[in-house]
Amino acid sequence: MPPSDPVDDAGRVLRADKAAVSRALNLVEDKRADAQDRVAALLASLKGAPRAIGGHRVGLTGPPGVGKSTLTSAFARAVRARGRTMGVVAVDPSSIVSGGSLLGDRARMSFDPSDAGLFVRSLATAGEVGGLAYAANSAVRVLAAAYDVVMIETTGVGQSEIDIVHVADTVVLVIQPGSGDVLQFLKAGIMEIPDILVVNKADQEGLARRAVADLQGALRTAQAVGASGREDGDWETPIIPTSATEGTGIEELIDTVDAHRKHLEPTLNARRHRGEVQWALDLFMRKHGEHGVSTLHGLAEITARAERELDNGETPLSLCERLSREYVATLCQTS
Amino acid sequence: MAPSGKHERDKPWIMRTYAGHSTAAASNELYRTNLAQGQTGLSVAFDLPTQTGYDPDDPLARGEVGKVGVPISHLGDMRALFEGIPLEQMNTSMTINATAAWLLSLYIALAEDQNADRAALRGTTQNDIIKEYLSRGTHIFPPAASMRLITDLITYTVIEVPKWNPINICSYHLQEAGATPTQELAYALVTAIGVLDAVKATGRIPDSEFGKVVGRMSFFVNAGIRFVEETCKMRAFVELWDRVTQERYGVTDPKQRRFRYGVQVNSLGLTEQQPENNIIRIVLEMLAVTLSKDARARAVQLPAWNEALGLPRPWDQQWSLRAQQILAYETDLLEYADLFRGSEVVHAETQHLVESAWAEVQEVLDRGGAVEAVKTGYIKQKLVESNAARLRAIESGERVVVGVNAYTEGAPSPLIENLDDAILTVDPTIEKEEVAALERWKAERDASAVEGAIAELQRVARSDENIMPASIAAAHAGVTTGEWANTLRAIWGEYRAPTGVAGATVKAARSRAAAEVVDRLRKRLGELEVRMGRRPKLLVGKPGLDGHSNGAEQIAIKARDVGFDVVYEGIRVSPEQIVASALEEGVHLIGLSILSGSHLALVPEVVERLRAAGLSDIPLVVGGIIPEADAERLRREGVAAVYTPKDFELDHIMSDLIELVDRQHAAE
Repeated sequence: MPPSDPVDDAGRVLRADKAAVSRALNLVEDKRADAQDRVAALLASLKGAPRAIGGHRVGLTGPPGVGKSTLTSAFARAVRARGRTMGVVAVDPSSIVSGGSLLGDRARMSFDPSDAGLFVRSLATAGEVGGLAYAANSAVRVLAAAYDVVMIETTGVGQSEIDIVHVADTVVLVIQPGSGDVLQFLKAGIMEIPDILVVNKADQEGLARRAVADLQGALRTAQAVGASGREDGDWETPIIPTSATEGTGIEELIDTVDAHRKHLEPTLNARRHRGEVQWALDLFMRKHGEHGVSTLHGLAEITARAERELDNGETPLSLCERLSREYVATLCQTS
Repeated sequence: MAPSGKHERDKPWIMRTYAGHSTAAASNELYRTNLAQGQTGLSVAFDLPTQTGYDPDDPLARGEVGKVGVPISHLGDMRALFEGIPLEQMNTSMTINATAAWLLSLYIALAEDQNADRAALRGTTQNDIIKEYLSRGTHIFPPAASMRLITDLITYTVIEVPKWNPINICSYHLQEAGATPTQELAYALVTAIGVLDAVKATGRIPDSEFGKVVGRMSFFVNAGIRFVEETCKMRAFVELWDRVTQERYGVTDPKQRRFRYGVQVNSLGLTEQQPENNIIRIVLEMLAVTLSKDARARAVQLPAWNEALGLPRPWDQQWSLRAQQILAYETDLLEYADLFRGSEVVHAETQHLVESAWAEVQEVLDRGGAVEAVKTGYIKQKLVESNAARLRAIESGERVVVGVNAYTEGAPSPLIENLDDAILTVDPTIEKEEVAALERWKAERDASAVEGAIAELQRVARSDENIMPASIAAAHAGVTTGEWANTLRAIWGEYRAPTGVAGATVKAARSRAAAEVVDRLRKRLGELEVRMGRRPKLLVGKPGLDGHSNGAEQIAIKARDVGFDVVYEGIRVSPEQIVASALEEGVHLIGLSILSGSHLALVPEVVERLRAAGLSDIPLVVGGIIPEADAERLRREGVAAVYTPKDFELDHIMSDLIELVDRQHAAE
């Protein structure tokens, strides 16, 4: 029996049928040309799902080795214990040389394989600059239609958070005591201020206290230079010490993540909308570069169009497809 | 001493055979036979459920009961294991780590039942849980809890069982995981430093008595085939340990600073091809740890010639024991003073190892010590990289292995004419019998005494009191291995250690031919990706309790290097987890690695569960120590390919894997 088409499977995705969710994720990873339309159709049919609208997309990011996988694992267990379902997209880098990857997040996670309410998919960056895998944006949207909470876990400090801001409602940055890079990036305003800061490995007590103090200082400096610039300016970035191995601070982290979601409520749609616009632009620019943008009358014009048309039920993928066709058509006319 | 350097014959080292299988009663019979044959100490091998704290009726114990050692679930099993062997007169080495405090508690409880004097008990508990995170993989708890168990056992025995060796710091498994001699020296020493620092921090041992703790530390070392370098490694160990104990711990008594060690020579280098050659390797490897009088092992156990084929029989172990006896009693080795004192060559190589190891010791200490370097994955990654380099050198022929990559033609070996008889098979009905015996044990014991003992264990686990007295009381009350471990799991949690594979970097192949092979594989994989729309994705899983992850790690790294997306799950995953991962990850291929001999129980279960999940079209390959008859059976049950230690050419395996994905894609 040939596998059923993921687009027809949308209903089963909404019911969080793991086989259907998995096939849908395979499809969004499919780079063949004929897959693009089907992905666009799939995402369009999942867009209005109640979970997708009411749920929460949490981005978890931080430098390598701070214990993100273990933290994700502890977070997922605690979310499940609160009776909510959860989907995870764990993104790992691909080898520049071979294009292959080692996706090791599962090795650090302990979970119950018979739990129907938890789904973990590992993705490789596949050479994408910016840290998020080619398919991660779409994958998040698939999981958001099926699960209450979706977590996107990525590695990086600095520029790579920009991608995650576009796809997550709440960005959690994880660091460990003594990581100087983050402080420097924050102070210099290179890095956007995350919604929540986590100091993991807080079992190293003295170090952790100092790290929290350092971060508070860095946040003040960053706010002074105006690095925030986000609309939810009245949200004070909390700093939460956790120890993923000892299980401390996890409940507080979930409470804080929930509080941020609540805080977002009035502006959530605007934030997600802006993320979609940005994603559509990124997709288009990745495909056609500066020349594509200038041919279609410049960035401001495309952005305005994206904002309008995404309101009318279009998805970033389908919009990008349409812009691509226009661009190609223009090229053909002029030549 | 006579001018020639001759002197009175030295006492030989303790000769052991690592043994235990099936049941306590069967192992007892084996021990008594070995003792009658002139073996001078016992070395108990426990099965994996006992090592990882599960009773035979636990779902995770399926297929593993009695396989790589003896199952010991309670005091009754311990009694059967030593039936007719007075503990007071025995020197017993127990290869036990995460549950060491528990197994020693059972041993002490048994001694108390025999009215033996605790202070007279002699032997060793391995109790080096740190290296379990790096290599052997039978850890249970997070590092802090493991370190507590280690120090509880040490501080208890130093006072109560003063002749006991409470810990055997293991460099053995580091070498099996790929360590170079420098790394083996350095990581064993930082582990010892971590343990001694932790003992000091408990405050239970007055400073004036600390020399006693240092004096009870012993090591378990590996000896590989490069026996000149290995000889120097042992001499470097002696020198470095003297330095550490003197400078860091201020031990003044030279006897307490002595580097005391036992050895098992290298199992990893034993070959499946022309396996009769292994007995020669084993003898040469033994030389490295016996030739130097100044750095001679106190106890030696040798593997059997056919370990790469399956479980050795008693005769195979006897052959290895004979090798020791001939060296100790027939040759004149023990009549001489140290043979290498004054040798410039040996001195120079020893100093080179001392210096390079000392630099690496400082590196780890700068990173916060052994436990920190385990938690961050630093040491594990170094080991994985070294092992990858070693395997590549064999694959390219740069490192000669006779019968494997050189001199492969020859007359067939009469020793393996009937291959299936050349190894031991464990009766599969034993698991059922052990489960039934456990039920009887539980029915016959005093339930309220058990309840009380467990409550006390819980209280102590939450406090900072020593866990040993409560554990010994629990042993007397009839508590089981699974109950003891589960009680502590509930309080301390479990731990999944870094795999070291994700960050491991592997230097590009040295020869152009080897680089071309890899390029061709990458190209094939790239073309396949274009046709499939997705990069081929491989799931590497290690079902069962066996934690020897080298094979799985190397396959995972190699697969990434030819371009697969590889999901690596680490050790100890159940068949159910593997199938759940395959489903969620959308993989094109599954590779399983099993070295404990439990493949016939675990692989069919994975196959069955894949079928039930509608995933039977995903090709499944299996690697491990798998006899040909079993391999055939697995292939009949739907396994696409079976790889054994003789398949050392990773490029060939990769080519097969790409082909399998390609064929499956074409069929869809």
